[in-house]
Order: sequence, then structure tokens, then C-alpha cells
Amino acid sequence: MGVANMADDIKMRAQLKGDITEVKVLISHPMETGRRKNDMGETIPLHFIQLVTVTLNGKPVLETQWGTGVSKNPYLTFHLAGAKIGDIVAVIWHDNLGQSASQQIAVTQG
Amino acid sequence: MQRRNFIQIIGLIAASLLLPIQAFAAVWNKTAFEATKAENAIQGLGASPQIPTSKDIEVIAPDRAENGAVVQIEITSYIPNTESIAIVVEHNPTPLIATFNFVNGALPYVVTRIKMAETSDVQAIIKVGSQYFTAKKRVEVLENGCG
Repeated sequence: MGVANMADDIKMRAQLKGDITEVKVLISHPMETGRRKNDMGETIPLHFIQLVTVTLNGKPVLETQWGTGVSKNPYLTFHLAGAKIGDIVAVIWHDNLGQSASQQIAVTQG
Repeated sequence: MQRRNFIQIIGLIAASLLLPIQAFAAVWNKTAFEATKAENAIQGLGASPQIPTSKDIEVIAPDRAENGAVVQIEITSYIPNTESIAIVVEHNPTPLIATFNFVNGALPYVVTRIKMAETSDVQAIIKVGSQYFTAKKRVEVLENGCG
């Protein structure tokens, strides 16, 4: 349990395109539903991300809550207005087992 | 003086009550996410089951998905002051997929990938103040992606 340092497991890109910053996030996570069985016929325990929070220069911009219906290795694209080149977009997730990881990136010209 | 102290104490109690309520907004919505019927999930979001359809919500999803484990969907709300987008898949074991709350300049738009157990509508539910609006897109699923 506790906070795992898995920054490598979040890939991010934030590109300014006109007035809009397009942010793409790819998270490595099994997103297990608790209904699948392994080769031994044993149920694979429920393991999924519940909360993802995105900040721009430390200020919250997107808070998303997930159930088990988000695909394995979750993918997100969203748009921010008012961000400038060099601004910092940060993502942190928390799952049902108390694990979490975070990553941040600067906005670049798209 | 006593009266003034009393008012200050009441003020402190009120402030301490407000703090947990603000923090609660970031707590996972267990009732809605664990609901096994779409109408219960929608009620868990705070909406009534009869939500008006809006043409100002765009749901882009494939007509057919070979594998329900990864279905990419894109949702845009053109309704001014949109606060949040929820994604509901009626025929999934737990229909509520995700909720997205937008603040401080995040636009009401999201692309993500979801699991679908079988052919179903993908429903977007948009919250604007105390009002809710919806739009749907049917996706034919050839292989169960919910395990």
C-alpha cells in the first residue's frame, strides 16, 4: 500500500494549439474489474483507479472519478483554455488499493 | 461580550462543518459507481432518470466495436457553463464508467477508452448548475470486454 513512485507509468503531452492546450495522458494500470479469472481459475482481485486530478500551475482544472469500466492502461485527452507555454500540467491518480502515482509536464508549442 | 463569544463559537463550528463538505467533493461516488442498473447510477449522480436530450452534446463512438475491452469515445458539450460530463453504458455490469468535473478553464470535452460488455447505448450526462442533459450513441459490441 502507500504511495508508489511510478512516475514512469504516466506518459503525458501538453501542446498549445491556437488558444487551446491539448493534453494527452496514458496511464499504466491493470484496471481489474474483480470479475476476471486467471489461468488457475482464481478470481483476479478488484484493482482500479478511482480518482484522477489534473492541475495547471497547481490549480485544479479537471477532477475525474472512474469505475471499473475505464479500459486497462487508461487514456485521456482533454483541453485547457488559458494555458501558456511553460505552464505546468500535473496529473495524480489514486486507486482502490491506496496506490497512487503522479507526473507533470510543461506546455509546449504544438 | 458573552454574546460576541457565542457568535464566534457558532462561526467556528459552522466553518468546521463546511470543511468536510468541501473535501467530500473529491471522494469517490461509491453509490453511483457500484450501482448495477443505469437508473440507479444516474440517481447516484444526483440526476432524475428522465433527463432531457440535448443536440448540443456530441458523442462520437464507433458504430461497431470488435473488442469491447477498448472502445474509444469522444464527448463534447456545447452547452454554456457545463460543469461535468458523466459516461453511462446501460448494459454494463456497473453502468457508470466515469465522471469528469471541469473547472478553471478546462473545456467540457474528453476522449477516453472504455469497456463494453455488450451492444449498448453510450450515454453522456452533462451537468449545468442544477440541470442535467443527455445524448446517446449506440455501439454494437461483438466481443464482451468486461471480463
